[in-house]
Amino acid sequence: MKKQNTIIVALAVLAAVCAAFWLLLVAPGYSGNAINMTRGVTEQSQLNYDLHMTVLWICVVIGILVFSAMFLSIVLHRKSKGYKPAKFTHSTKAEMVWSIIPVFILIVIAVPATRALIVMEVTPETEMTIKITAFQWRWKYEYLDDGIEFISSLAESSNAARRLDSGIDPATVENYLLDVDHRLVLPAETKIKFLITADDVLHSWWVPALGWKRDAVPGFINEGWAEIQEPGIYRGQCAELCGRDHGFMPIVLEVLPPEQFRQWVEQQQQKNIVEDADMERLWTREDLMVRGESVYLAQCSTCHQDDGSGLAPAFPALAGSAVATGPLAEHISLVLNGKSGTAMQAFGALLSESDVAAVLTYTRNAFGNETGDVVQPQAIVRTKNG
Amino acid sequence: MGSEKTLAHSDHTVAEHDEHHDHKPKGFLDRWLYTTNHKDIGTLYLIFSLVMFLTGGLMAMVIRAELFMPGLQLVEPDFFNQMTTMHALIMVFGAVMPAWVGFANWMIPMMIGAPDMALPRMNNWSFWILPFAFTMLLSTLLMDSGGPASGWTLYPPLSLQGGQSFAFVVFSVHMMGISSIMGSINVIATIVNMRAPGMTLLRMPLFVWTWLITAFLLIAVMPVLAGAVTMLLTDHFFGTSFFNAAGGGDPVMFQHIFWFFGHPEVYIMILPAFGVVSEIIPTFSRKPLFGYAAMVYATASIAFLSFIVWAHHMFSVGMPLAGELFFMYATMLIAIPTGVKVFNWVSTMWRGSMTFETPMLFAIGFVVLFTIGGLSGLMLAMASVDLQYHDSYFVVAHFHYVLVPGSVFALMAGTYYWLPKWTGHMYSERWGKIHFWLSAIFVNVLFFPQHYLGLAGMPRRIPDYSVQFADFNMISSIGGFAFGATQLIFVGVIIHCIYKSRQVAASRVWEGARGLEWTLSSPPPYHSFNVPPPINSSTVAHADEYSH
Repeated sequence: MKKQNTIIVALAVLAAVCAAFWLLLVAPGYSGNAINMTRGVTEQSQLNYDLHMTVLWICVVIGILVFSAMFLSIVLHRKSKGYKPAKFTHSTKAEMVWSIIPVFILIVIAVPATRALIVMEVTPETEMTIKITAFQWRWKYEYLDDGIEFISSLAESSNAARRLDSGIDPATVENYLLDVDHRLVLPAETKIKFLITADDVLHSWWVPALGWKRDAVPGFINEGWAEIQEPGIYRGQCAELCGRDHGFMPIVLEVLPPEQFRQWVEQQQQKNIVEDADMERLWTREDLMVRGESVYLAQCSTCHQDDGSGLAPAFPALAGSAVATGPLAEHISLVLNGKSGTAMQAFGALLSESDVAAVLTYTRNAFGNETGDVVQPQAIVRTKNG
Repeated sequence: MGSEKTLAHSDHTVAEHDEHHDHKPKGFLDRWLYTTNHKDIGTLYLIFSLVMFLTGGLMAMVIRAELFMPGLQLVEPDFFNQMTTMHALIMVFGAVMPAWVGFANWMIPMMIGAPDMALPRMNNWSFWILPFAFTMLLSTLLMDSGGPASGWTLYPPLSLQGGQSFAFVVFSVHMMGISSIMGSINVIATIVNMRAPGMTLLRMPLFVWTWLITAFLLIAVMPVLAGAVTMLLTDHFFGTSFFNAAGGGDPVMFQHIFWFFGHPEVYIMILPAFGVVSEIIPTFSRKPLFGYAAMVYATASIAFLSFIVWAHHMFSVGMPLAGELFFMYATMLIAIPTGVKVFNWVSTMWRGSMTFETPMLFAIGFVVLFTIGGLSGLMLAMASVDLQYHDSYFVVAHFHYVLVPGSVFALMAGTYYWLPKWTGHMYSERWGKIHFWLSAIFVNVLFFPQHYLGLAGMPRRIPDYSVQFADFNMISSIGGFAFGATQLIFVGVIIHCIYKSRQVAASRVWEGARGLEWTLSSPPPYHSFNVPPPINSSTVAHADEYSH
């Protein structure tokens, strides 16, 4: 083949390979779907985004060169065109070149990768600390400096729609599977330390906008940090398989300007006072049943089902169960301490005394259970204090 | 499969083409259950792995069907988790690994000039363990407490929440491990002791080399896996606390042990693929393999590195900075020997005289798509960005690229390459090509969009997802169904080739094929080389000293 023709073929192959990469990496973005990593709102997320894009383009260039050479060979060096095979079996020079050039490319990548990792892993002096405890299948957030704590579970609207054959179109549910009942409220422009652990199995706390995820390991505390630059709502999910409802424990951050965050903290502390008073007073049976039902639906019904029928074999029925209709002390103990080796967790760490009292009253008097027991928050306090 | 018919047929062709005496046992049980013949055992391995490939594939269809659109339509989340777990265990231990052992059994004696494998009775045993191991594993799906649902990695404490059926999972993993270790011992003993005089190590075909290294990896790591699952067993049933923090144990320690097995394991699945592709590309390029010695050293380097990169699967568990840096740098180094391999394949093709029969098409598909998986692997190596990628669909896309159009395409390439040799008939080239093109298209429709899903924030192993992920999940599922259906063509081509094809295969099936296996008749005699064959430039597949 004439040299000129070869060059034309080479350029055509190069163009075709570039077009293929464009089709794979750029074109799908026009569908309006997100196809790339978020830039996020922290220093780490931006470092990671830049690193991701740098290495992606390095990979694309390598891919274009290698695949172009290969397809050029496929076009030119065919038996059907009468091409006679060459005899060479190695070339020390070429082999040296393609062993050494990658070393330099790796060094070019390793430098910013090391820098980003150091930013990620070395927590600077922080201004506040959030302790995150993962449970099957909800998150507990504790504001260690402000005495606030709460449980964050999948929002009721998503929870209803996500049941098998629920008949609810997920498209009609706002932020389907990415919405919670209580958001983690955080201040912007504040260095926050996150202490992450788990109560039962492994979980992983992942908000892409922060630029990282961190595993929650029972018995161990991991650390992460963030300084969120923009107020807003940021959503994430549990990233480590944690059992049946792994797909249903989202994370929602509500990031406020610092002064609004302080107001929120004060409101929460007011609520704590009300909750403390709730714990002291005597409740009526009706109040306990109403509160108990809402606690049950949020915390218990994914396993034991809305009607207390359970899901054999892993999740026993509560309707008519030996525990829910048996001695009260054992029932309280089971709910507070959980049952090891099963998904029944220690709710003593998860729920307030009032909530435990309410849900016990509810389960002992609903689904056809007729114990007539009324459990007061003070009874739970006494049990907890031994 | 109806082996009597195969037997009758192959007897016929052997009688025509081969002067050796045949000693095939006559009864069905004698031939297959008591067999000590490397080819029959190879066939059993290959049929078994094909059945497992289709079984694991069906589970993948359940997964993709549930993920076709948001909301739960077909299965409960717990069953979904059982499907993802079983799909992986079956594809890794039941489909890909036994398939490579099947290739090793069939090809290694024929490629090194031996009559059979070195340890034929152990060979029989190492195969016949497998159907029992997988029956036991699959039977857990029918038990009260269900199949394993904690992912194939079996991370505690979640895996310990499984019920009584967990013991069956552990024992089936033990049996698979015993089978793999015996298979590896056999491969090593055969390669070390049974090479024909003159078949020096650096004259061995690359497939034999890659299997030799793979066998050492297997012997090194399968006992580690056995130890890890045994500790799970005692934690679950006997109250020990290896992985229970409340008892002084550490759940993360399991991950270190598991991935010390797990990372070499991924090379166990890919190194023989490198070997097969290194046989096929020279054949259809009609040109010797470029840089034979470099290929051997690159394989050994990859195997060595596989032992010191395990914690790159665990960047998010909370390791010290120094540890993360070490595992990041070590992982990045893998790019160098892997790059050497890819460049050498392209250089082998360069200025060759290529034709594009089905094995070559699959080999080229392998080079392109495995390279894409390798490049995303380089991205994943960066520890800080991995804290975004980790446990997302980006990772799912990455390892499926290296395993499906990687290992599985190489298995298919090898099957098309040697099927005429095995059966004595040509397969249907037309249907082989249709199988390739549909597979190559749909495997990308299936897995490429998963990169976008992961980058956009979709975690892996979830049965349901936010509506923002709906479009690409639907595309991926469509690709999945089409890819699954396409594999039925593969089954059809094989059955046609064995029973229906009337086109007789020559000894040297492919014009450019080199190596000892092509000096035997097609199909080869029952005992491959009763007399050591002469080793010279016309019988060596590709060794530098003979190729000038």
